[in-house]
Amino acid sequence: MKRYVIIGNGTAAVGCVEGIRSIDKAGEITVVSEEKHSVYSRPLISYYLEGKTDLERMKYRGDTFYEDNGCRVIYGKRAASIDPEKKQIVLDDGTPLCYDALCVATGSRPFVPPFEGLQTVENKFPFMTLDDALGLERVLTKQSRVLIVGAGLIGLKCAEGIRDRVKSITVCDLADRVLSSILDVDCAAVVQRHLEENGIRFLLGDTAVRFDKATARMKSGKTVDFDILVLAVGVRANTELVKNAGGDVNRGILINTKCETSLPFVWAAGDCTEGFDASFGGTRVIAILPNAYMQGHTAGGNMAGDCAVFDNAIPMNSIGFFGLHMMTAGAYDGEMTEERSENAVKRFFIKDNLLKGFILIGETERAGIYTSMIREKTQLDTIDFAFARKNASNLIYSQKIRRQKFGNEV
Amino acid sequence: MKRVYVNEEWCLGCHLCEYNCAFANSGMRDMVSALKDKKIFPRIHVEGDDKITFAVSCRHCTDPLCIKSCIAGAISKKDGVVRIDRNKCVGCLTCVLVCPYGALTPGEDGIMQKCELCLENACGKPACVTGCPNKAIVYEERSKTV
Ligand SMILES: Cc1cc2nc3c(=O)[nH]c(=O)nc-3n(C[C@H](O)[C@H](O)[C@H](O)COP(=O)(O)OP(=O)(O)OC[C@H]3O[C@@H](n4cnc5c(N)ncnc54)[C@H](O)[C@@H]3O)c2cc1C
Ligand code: SF4
Ligand code: SF4
Repeated sequence: MKRYVIIGNGTAAVGCVEGIRSIDKAGEITVVSEEKHSVYSRPLISYYLEGKTDLERMKYRGDTFYEDNGCRVIYGKRAASIDPEKKQIVLDDGTPLCYDALCVATGSRPFVPPFEGLQTVENKFPFMTLDDALGLERVLTKQSRVLIVGAGLIGLKCAEGIRDRVKSITVCDLADRVLSSILDVDCAAVVQRHLEENGIRFLLGDTAVRFDKATARMKSGKTVDFDILVLAVGVRANTELVKNAGGDVNRGILINTKCETSLPFVWAAGDCTEGFDASFGGTRVIAILPNAYMQGHTAGGNMAGDCAVFDNAIPMNSIGFFGLHMMTAGAYDGEMTEERSENAVKRFFIKDNLLKGFILIGETERAGIYTSMIREKTQLDTIDFAFARKNASNLIYSQKIRRQKFGNEV
Repeated sequence: MKRVYVNEEWCLGCHLCEYNCAFANSGMRDMVSALKDKKIFPRIHVEGDDKITFAVSCRHCTDPLCIKSCIAGAISKKDGVVRIDRNKCVGCLTCVLVCPYGALTPGEDGIMQKCELCLENACGKPACVTGCPNKAIVYEERSKTV
């Protein structure tokens, strides 16, 4: 019987378990979980603080998931090293675990720049895990003034989650705009205005340089007094296990489209990896949940002897803040063309007859039709793209293609 | 497995399927009180222009991207039917961003809903199909090949 070991217990690990079980119903699966929780939906930690979900509903899989899939889970232990020669890992308490196939699904960790005086701040939190959210919840009150460092997805989701539970929220970021990794200047301005209308204050192009207990001294010379500090500057992939074992890593653990690392019998999946991005045409870390699941599932299948390939990964995000929804996907490469209406902006990036990326704000119906154009590399002259820009509709296809999509099992 | 398939040549664009869907999933007994003067939120949608019309609902894909992408683990498959646990959904619309068929729309409450083939409601089989006056949508077994 084959022995499978998975390091990490997030979405990529679940994808891996389900991938293994789609091929091998019998092998022995051991999951090493540093966090003491069964798998939960990480992106829901802000919805939890907002009261839109609770600990029960945040479970990513049902209570019998591990049992149903014949998994042994080791909670509260870290994998400390991988020995690819012996095909074994060692846990932080010294316990060795042998494997025939190993999946590294260690995710990422918050990156905290070396701020001067950070140790003097009493209430400070990253915003990555359920325990971070629960810790934050314990200290926040209606009187709290919160400073969030980082205007990316994680910082802003945190702001939305706690707005009604605190007195004020200030978000600062060294970048000159919100969501700088996924929005261009114009779109970021639309979103920033909406967030400001909902009570979030911004200090952009500015960041804290020194902390003095409950005061942040900013680069601009301003000072911000706060009761709670949230550090959401960025994340770093957890690559060390593979790196120390001699495997290839860059910003993430390098994997091919079969989710193999450079080490034999070692696969990797999720936020810890750097894999092929089909929209950009090179490798990059795509730290989103769908990617974690799909890579995990691909890795799992292959660990069990399948020859699965995941070659159309692209970055994509669907996020809402205070009722305004936005979606982004792919690479903002090529010529930009725009559709604007009173309450919506759609921007498409086109190159070599292909849709490479898009930004949609306010109008998101059937957006998956656009996403599939990027992932499937649809030649734009084979569809009615002039119509598609205005309406994501299946009308853009020829009748023949529509018949394939809606007249057959897919 | 039986699925809903579209014969677009026969679609009249009458939108009856949308009303039948909204009624079937309303849990109410009489159509007038379920739908009269209300904006409806059906799980099937007629798309098209003045020449071509066709109804789109979930394809119950063999490899559903929505399940793999849902950030809440709210979508699952049982006996081939792709279903949403509305209690777990937080309305992030990631599933809308990935469904290649544009088959998903949120309900009135912003929480996602989808065609579950009427297997769990009082109809027991797709109400859109039963009510289609021109058999432009059918519920049957078909294979993967064209
Ligand atoms: C606040 C927030 C909001 C987000 N919102 C979205 C969103 O809207 N949409 C979206 O697509 N994505 C979102 N994401 C990103 C998404 O959560 C991640 O892409 C996804 O969780 C990655 O899954 P993973 O399994 O790769 O990693 P993780 O979920 O991070 O799991 C890795 C696990 O491995 C454990 N681990 C690490 N090292 C070891 C070790 N040595 N031994 C044992 N265990 C170890 C970690 O403790 C962790 O539990 C959000 C993230 C955050 C923090
Ligand atoms: S919602 Fe879309 S992706 Fe999901 S099963 Fe239905 S058609 Fe497929
Ligand atoms: S809208 Fe609901 S069902 Fe769709 S991905 Fe988000 S949580 Fe899942």
